Amino acid sequence: MADSGSEDIAVIGNTDLTPSESENNVKNAMVEKGTSLLKKMEISVAEAEKRTGKNAVNMQETYTVYLIETRPVDAASEGTNPVPDSLWRRYSEFELLRNYLLVTYPFLVVPPLPEKRAEFVWHKLSADNMDPDFVERRRVGLENFLLRVASHPDLSSDKIFYSFLTEENGWKETVFETGFQAKADSRLKALNATFRVKNPDKRFAEMKHYGDELQSVISQLLRVRARAADRLYGVYKVHGNYGRVFSEWSAIEKEMGDGLQSAGHHMDAYAASVDDILEEEEHYADQLKEYLFYADALRAVCRKHELTQYELEMAAQDLTSKKQQREELATGTIRTFSLKGVTSKLFGQETPEQREAKLKMLETQIEEGEELVKERNAECEEFVKSAWVDIERFKEQKDHDLREALISYAIMQISMCKKGIQVWNNAKECFSKM
Amino acid sequence: MSGSVVDNTVSSGNSSAAIPTDVSGQILDLDEDDDLEVFSKDTTLTDGSSFNASMQTSPASMINQYKFEEDADTKDIFVTVDNPESHVTAIETYITYRVMTKTTRSEFDSSEFEVRRRYQDFLWLKGRLEEAHPTLIVHPLPEKFVVKGMVERFNEDFIETRRRALHRFLNKIAEHPIFSSSEDFKIFLTAASGELTSHKKQGPGFLSRMGDTVKAVAAAVRGVRNRPQEFTEMQEYVEAFSQKIISLDKVTQRIVREQKEYLEELKECGPTYALWSQSEEELAEPLKNVAGCVDRCCKETEEQVKNLSDHLIPVLHEYVLCADTLKAVLRRRDNIQADFEAKTEALATKKANRDTMRDDLDKAEDRLEWANNALKSDWTRWQKVMRTDLRSAFVDTAERNVSYYEKCLAVWESFLHSQRTDAEGNGKVDFS
Repeated sequence: MADSGSEDIAVIGNTDLTPSESENNVKNAMVEKGTSLLKKMEISVAEAEKRTGKNAVNMQETYTVYLIETRPVDAASEGTNPVPDSLWRRYSEFELLRNYLLVTYPFLVVPPLPEKRAEFVWHKLSADNMDPDFVERRRVGLENFLLRVASHPDLSSDKIFYSFLTEENGWKETVFETGFQAKADSRLKALNATFRVKNPDKRFAEMKHYGDELQSVISQLLRVRARAADRLYGVYKVHGNYGRVFSEWSAIEKEMGDGLQSAGHHMDAYAASVDDILEEEEHYADQLKEYLFYADALRAVCRKHELTQYELEMAAQDLTSKKQQREELATGTIRTFSLKGVTSKLFGQETPEQREAKLKMLETQIEEGEELVKERNAECEEFVKSAWVDIERFKEQKDHDLREALISYAIMQISMCKKGIQVWNNAKECFSKM
Repeated sequence: MSGSVVDNTVSSGNSSAAIPTDVSGQILDLDEDDDLEVFSKDTTLTDGSSFNASMQTSPASMINQYKFEEDADTKDIFVTVDNPESHVTAIETYITYRVMTKTTRSEFDSSEFEVRRRYQDFLWLKGRLEEAHPTLIVHPLPEKFVVKGMVERFNEDFIETRRRALHRFLNKIAEHPIFSSSEDFKIFLTAASGELTSHKKQGPGFLSRMGDTVKAVAAAVRGVRNRPQEFTEMQEYVEAFSQKIISLDKVTQRIVREQKEYLEELKECGPTYALWSQSEEELAEPLKNVAGCVDRCCKETEEQVKNLSDHLIPVLHEYVLCADTLKAVLRRRDNIQADFEAKTEALATKKANRDTMRDDLDKAEDRLEWANNALKSDWTRWQKVMRTDLRSAFVDTAERNVSYYEKCLAVWESFLHSQRTDAEGNGKVDFS
């Protein structure tokens, strides 16, 4: 079943959704009207292919590339259906794109990529990155990522994103030219360091806490679900043994033979049906995983806000202390304990010329400090404003998407029950002919 | 655990292929109108077409009619086993079961009896029947003490499973054309405890003297020489059947194990959804709802597992034991034949005591012919009963599975319904 073929058409500006079986519909949930790129362009990740080549350390490696297809919206609606533009990208390039977006738009909840390595696997599911099922699910996940970015009011208009979709060669260089890496490195260092904010913003603290809880509970759910899936697989598969034994038994019976034999076939069908059932459930797991990773993106925004706040507080603190120093220098009084105060007491005061020079330097620093505080304050305010808008947007998207996911889970369960009813009714008929 | 459920449909096998002499006697009984009335009041008779108003009059159809009525109306005795009670004495603790009999048979002094019997008594009855009829097939009793997975003899589930099996056992005896007229059976059903004890002590009756002889011969047997083809075929069938039924028993037990493990995991899903709902606002309601649905499905799964254990597994298990019984019966028949062959040879070779030997040989020949005929018809009867039992056990299992899925289906459909009415009410999502 998996994903329906190569020419997947993104749902554009459609907020009327039916809980259909189509994986794409469920994933393209919250598409913004208006500025989104999707209004103009259809995007899909059509295929995946294996390549081999030399890597950075000149060793042979095998990797997968994904075909990104784009097509102007008008062309399709005209019915001419021209060949779409396409280019190949590998997973690491998607990662590069996302990292760029993270650094460039720290106040936005950036859509996550599908997992790098298969986690929450149950025994039948492969943890191998090269496994075709994993590759297929990753293809779907990558397409979903692109559609999410393309439908985001702010991210969709990013130039680097656009060229990711349209320019195969030289895109990497373009990204590096933006110099985002430098910002990335310093911010990364800061994010990893522990720092304490004096006046934490309550809303962001709550959001971060929510992000933690969401991540924890979804992880738990994925783990539990995977174990249950494993067990369910066992239950169904054991019924296949009924098929075998009934068949053998029917060989020694005269009147019972036919009934037994046909019942056995239904038992085989029952055992086989679990494969499709669990494959569908894997899609549900993927939907949960997306929000598991989204939780991380949310926490990242909160953390970056903390950093911004912290930097503001540091600047303000620095300014206050400089102003205090100026006052002390000007009035000659030492209000606070300072090393300079002690040394001057011990070794004598400075000359008026030295004092004058120091005062002038301080004045400059204070001026610069005030500018910095103003800047940082504005930055912080801007961050809070933009972040909060996006968080609200994210909240709505999440509520909608997860509700749809729960509904599709219920639909899956219903389908499984209906199959079970059918098989056992058929088996019952065969048994009654025994 | 009381409750006098008159569950006579548990083993609905009809004693159709009975040996001619018995059947005719029973047909005569059925001409009484009173008998018919008794039967029509019994709602547990599943064969509703017993009293076909439009009776055909041609001789052939009359015979068919008799057979038909015989199938339904032969049941003139109803036995139930219920109401287990524990008894404590200085020496031991044991369980007794109430055995109730309702019958219209003339050989019984009254029409209703109620006695209490313990497992030992059932064992005794089975032994007596086997002794008296070495080549007839006695339905197995539940095992003495199942060690595997058992906590103790007086565990509720164990007692209930055993009660059901004892009930099936007695009903199989009652439905058997020969066993049901056994004197021991009658005493088992009717005698007060003291009477039964003294009857047990009396020692073997004349019938079992024959059994003793068989046992004595068995000791000296050297194997059968010319076993008739049909008995060899029977043996081959029993071997194969035994393997298949053991496999089915194992497969079913494995299914139960897997389902129990699935249940263990599933039990953690509901609480996880519930935990999640505590962090959410808009999503809280659907999450709580899903948690409830998963919990309800857990309950249904639990019941499903219990059903398999309580209904299918005991029946499969009984037929595993049956296969052993069949093997024993075939062995006993072989022994009787071996005895005859030995005596034939003795007469041909030895000179002394020819008259006594000829006498013995004649008796041995009669015994063999009787044993072979008894086995042949009982075999046919057994096959029919086996087919009915296993068919209804599997049909029952399939029905329970359907019911399980139907219940789970309803659970999830109600969730969907709640989400749809919710969403449409809020104008959020259009489900058209």
